Amino acid sequence: MTTVTNMPLSDLLKSFKLKTKQQELLIRVSILCLVYILAFITRLFSVLRYESMIHEFDPYFNYRTTLYLTQNGFYDFWNWFDYESWYPLGRIVGGTLYPGLMVTAVLIYRILHFLRFAVHIREVCVLTAPFFASNTTLVAYFFGKEIWDTGAGLVAAILIAICPGYISRSVAGSYDNEGVAIFALLFTFYLFVKAVNTGSLAWSLASAFGYFYMVSAWGGYVFIINLIPLYVLVLLITGRYSMRLYVAYNCMYVLGMLLAMQIRFVGFQHVQSGEHMAAMGVFFLMQVFYFLDWVKHMLSDTKLFQAFLRITVTCAVVVGTIALGLGMLSGYISPWTGRFYSLLDPTYAKDHIPIIASVSEHQPTAWSSFMFDYHILLFLFPAGLYFCFKRLSDATIFIVMYGLTSMYFAGVMVRLILVATPAVCLISAIAVSATVKNLTVLLRSKNKGVLTGSTKGSSSSRASSKALLDQSQPFQKNGAIALLFGAFYLLSKYATHCTWVTSEAYSSPSIVLAARGAHGNRVIFDDYREAYFWLRQNTPVDAKVMSWWDYGYQITAMGNRTVIVDNNTWNNTHIATVGRALSSYEDEAIEIMRSLDVDYVLVVFGGVTGYSSDDINKFLWMVRIGGGVFPVIKEPDYLVNGEYRVDKGAAPKMLNCLMYKLCYYRFGEMLTEYGKPPGYDRARGVEIGNKDIKLEHLEEAFTTSNWIVRIYKVKPPNNRW
Amino acid sequence: MEAPIRAREILGFTLLSLLFFVCRSSPSHNLLISNAERRIDLSSHIVKVYLTLKVENAGSTPTSEILLAFPPTQVDHLATVEALVTKGKRKKTTIVHLDVKPTELPDAPNETKYFTIYLANPLNSGESTTLEVLYLFTHSLEPFPAEIGQSESQLVFYRDSALILSPYHIKQQTTFLKAPSTKVESFTRVEPTNRAGTEMKYGPYEDRPSYSFSPILIHFENNSPFPVVEELVREVEISHWGNLQVTEQYTLVHGGARHKGVFSRVDYQSRPSLNGVSSLRYLLARLPPRVHSVYYRDEIGNISSSHLRTDSRKSELEIEPRYPLFGGWKATFLIGYGLPLQDFLFESSDDRRYLNFTFGCPLLDTVVDKLTVKVVLPEGSKDPSAVVPFPVEQHFETKYSYLDVVGRTVVVMEKKNLVPVHNSHFQVYYTFKPMFMLAEPLMLTTAFFLFFVACVAYLHIDLSIPSMSPRNLPKFRLKYHSPPEIPQITPRHTATFVCRRLPPSVLTLHHPTAGGGCHLISHLTIGPPPCCIMLSLLLLSNSHSLEILVEHLFVAPSP
Repeated sequence: MTTVTNMPLSDLLKSFKLKTKQQELLIRVSILCLVYILAFITRLFSVLRYESMIHEFDPYFNYRTTLYLTQNGFYDFWNWFDYESWYPLGRIVGGTLYPGLMVTAVLIYRILHFLRFAVHIREVCVLTAPFFASNTTLVAYFFGKEIWDTGAGLVAAILIAICPGYISRSVAGSYDNEGVAIFALLFTFYLFVKAVNTGSLAWSLASAFGYFYMVSAWGGYVFIINLIPLYVLVLLITGRYSMRLYVAYNCMYVLGMLLAMQIRFVGFQHVQSGEHMAAMGVFFLMQVFYFLDWVKHMLSDTKLFQAFLRITVTCAVVVGTIALGLGMLSGYISPWTGRFYSLLDPTYAKDHIPIIASVSEHQPTAWSSFMFDYHILLFLFPAGLYFCFKRLSDATIFIVMYGLTSMYFAGVMVRLILVATPAVCLISAIAVSATVKNLTVLLRSKNKGVLTGSTKGSSSSRASSKALLDQSQPFQKNGAIALLFGAFYLLSKYATHCTWVTSEAYSSPSIVLAARGAHGNRVIFDDYREAYFWLRQNTPVDAKVMSWWDYGYQITAMGNRTVIVDNNTWNNTHIATVGRALSSYEDEAIEIMRSLDVDYVLVVFGGVTGYSSDDINKFLWMVRIGGGVFPVIKEPDYLVNGEYRVDKGAAPKMLNCLMYKLCYYRFGEMLTEYGKPPGYDRARGVEIGNKDIKLEHLEEAFTTSNWIVRIYKVKPPNNRW
Repeated sequence: MEAPIRAREILGFTLLSLLFFVCRSSPSHNLLISNAERRIDLSSHIVKVYLTLKVENAGSTPTSEILLAFPPTQVDHLATVEALVTKGKRKKTTIVHLDVKPTELPDAPNETKYFTIYLANPLNSGESTTLEVLYLFTHSLEPFPAEIGQSESQLVFYRDSALILSPYHIKQQTTFLKAPSTKVESFTRVEPTNRAGTEMKYGPYEDRPSYSFSPILIHFENNSPFPVVEELVREVEISHWGNLQVTEQYTLVHGGARHKGVFSRVDYQSRPSLNGVSSLRYLLARLPPRVHSVYYRDEIGNISSSHLRTDSRKSELEIEPRYPLFGGWKATFLIGYGLPLQDFLFESSDDRRYLNFTFGCPLLDTVVDKLTVKVVLPEGSKDPSAVVPFPVEQHFETKYSYLDVVGRTVVVMEKKNLVPVHNSHFQVYYTFKPMFMLAEPLMLTTAFFLFFVACVAYLHIDLSIPSMSPRNLPKFRLKYHSPPEIPQITPRHTATFVCRRLPPSVLTLHHPTAGGGCHLISHLTIGPPPCCIMLSLLLLSNSHSLEILVEHLFVAPSP
């Protein structure tokens, strides 16, 4: 009975049994699906720990503009003049932002609504970055497949899915340009490499569109427009010029440039700015190369060709230099911007542009943060480079160049670790994949060898030689197994490290602060929103709020009030004016504030809670930036023997400047910690130096429950009689 | 031109009212109030007035209508009027609620407004009955001073009349006013007037004629916060999968004396009994039992300061606004919660379903200026109708939620000036076929099914446009025997010729011709040795016989 039923069953099973190739495809697709989901859900820690909210500073501006775009449509958005920021200057929002992110989010929102998913735009914004991170894993897979093989592609997808360097900018709620831009960057690179490998016009067209999307999304497109010419140049120098390269580069450059000009913020920079000139130079060089190639084909005489080559190259270089020089002199081509300089020279910003140097994410990267963000990838990266050099091709040259240049930039600025992450993941994936493949091949071949050796015995001379080989095998095999286990151990360590970093370090929204209470319970400091919501509800609609620029975007987005300066630091003088007001005495400051129509002043103060990134700790930058424009403000006035302090030994100007007064107003009566005198500043661990603060022109309007945000109202001028 | 017209109008009105006056039978003279006692509770910002009337029918005809009169300034703030009669004696008393309806009387002096109480049994002549009337006023305490600092306490005015305004003659009346504390700054004296602790007694006054009025003004301390919900939108969404989702959108304002000047956190935290005593620190919402997934948020995110206490009879949600509300400060927020459907949805006898839910605002001691209740019925429900115990404005809307095609019917009910007394039940009746419940799951399954079908189809169908390039043409492999000779191909589709020991990569095929409806394209691929020569043939007709004549096979000498 059983045999009768078993027979058709086994037949049925047999018919379901897949061929090896199908099995491989199935495994690959399911791994990719799992990686896709993993990349998404690992970024949801912040939603689970806190709530579905927008994080940090810049994302609030993006959210606000996205909201505007959903409510008013694209044309209003494009022509939007924002009166609520940079009072009294205002800001032409449509012309000063990269619209890619907002348009993407609104597109997703519209599609979902078309499919009758009644989601709120906020949810779309919160989940945009994880969604694009998932897409990046797919691109990484295809990229890895293109430059090495499918194994490397799969490993690259897995590595990039959980790499902390990428997660730091793409957790749920981190609604920033980088969220979509890394996807666009890698996608453009992938399409370009594909175009170079195939010489197909279609792929290079696709890469031009990828580039367009990147330009619309993030200012980091400059990296693409410089890396690709550099890569082409390297290929030309190493004698790897081909028709494929010619087609790929020319199509991508010309179309990409034309498309990029459609973005208002970028405009004609591709032909007018120094940062984009390398691409144009290489474009012309390509034409010269093509021409020379043709001449070489026509001329059979090598001597004549050599002479011709010399003349042409000199002419081309001379013409190019003259054109560049003329352009520079006439001002048609703008010189490199400070930001670009500061990328090439890490010390530049510190000396010349304090506003760039003041941002914590623009600091040079410490080794620890490399270790934190890359973990084992840092060691795998050189190994991967070795494998790439061993099997040099157009594609591997590209990834090597991408890896090396972006690693340099990552060393210059902390935030550029993000740009290097895909390259590091891909190169490390090559290392992992190649090593594991070599080891498994070794293991497999040995198994076969052992089998043949045992069956054939020691009858023939061939067999004996195999037996000799076999004697060395156990050691090799064990070594291979040990190495495989080692690799497995390292990779699992990597996975646990990534999860830990994501959950502990990169998933806090920084709007809501969480701390552990005395009994181990979770205490939430929601002071920022308390203050912003108070502003939104209880101040006049046209009130102007002055604060340091860090909080500008949040005040406009959450508080819905006009600010003097915000995070789009386009006008250094304006920021310096605010810096000057905050670092002057109150009666000097009131003049500046009246001239700016300020109604409220907002400061962030961490003395009660021990929150260290408050305005007192940022104050020296305000002095520096203010002093950079207004020489009345001198940094040494605020220091005592080059030391920055707020206690009794502080400089007199420090103790009486507006920022000090606003932060510590009536703080001297406050007992913050048991066993310490009143007015003990927990963030800096000192008792404050000036406890008797009187305000003449300002009055306390609101202080949040943990004192983190303090808002003051500017009193109207006194009646003259 | 205008003046004569206006004069004519006035004349017309006068004539008209005269006419009415003549025609109207006046019931007021038939009744008189033998004893009236009024107790006014001023302890919170909702003024509660308990009125006990002993009504006597002095006329000859039985009457069942009793009029209550209000001055026009009070009517605007009047939230509700209830009347009841106690019947029976001692422990067997039963309470009978009476109908109360606003009435317009044409000859009302000084625009007095009226409410009519309809007695259950007409009052015969000579009989008397005792009525208990309760009415509530909102926004009737006027803060004075209108702006106070953080450390000051809140003083308010209350205006009323020492004598009860009534269309009837009142033989004896007394009014008691209860202030929240003993701090009464001043009060108007209309003798006899007494004050004992928190209570002020006006009267007793004897034999006052109808429409007597004697304004009084009381200035006293009231430090209770005045939570006023300017607008509340409650949305109740019915899902027949077993859940009732309630979303309530509040615009809350502190209606007391406006905050003036500084808000000092250090004073507020260290001396809470002296500072901001009238500030609104928290609110209590009473929610139905078995409430789940409660949230409390506003436009910029979750508000973490809320506590939920549940037991089997009720749930209490204690919410704190983001910041303490001082007078004039505003806060908007949103409360949402889910409820089990079986507690609120029932089937009526005529096979219709009805939702039974509370109408008012769940916050305790709150005045709601404008309330909108929206009941979102499931998609596909028909004939909605609402039954509300008091008059409301009604209309219908359509709402699109997840996966809706035709949209859901929304029953919208609006009412102004609500007090907690209005938290009574209302019903929304509708018909619904359970088949509609399956619409959305079916839609989803279909969509997924179609998606997978599309995937399968995409993998199995070659959608590429057939191009004329030789690669895509049917190929015939000729394997060619050495030594070279002119091959004759038998009429078969695949003719194979083996080619051995030819020098690789130097074969060229010259002028091949094909006959028999075939065209030979001179496309030649040479594989690695042993060489295969691939000839691509384009089949022009569907002939079974095929003959190819290769004229020259030229073997080039290797360099």
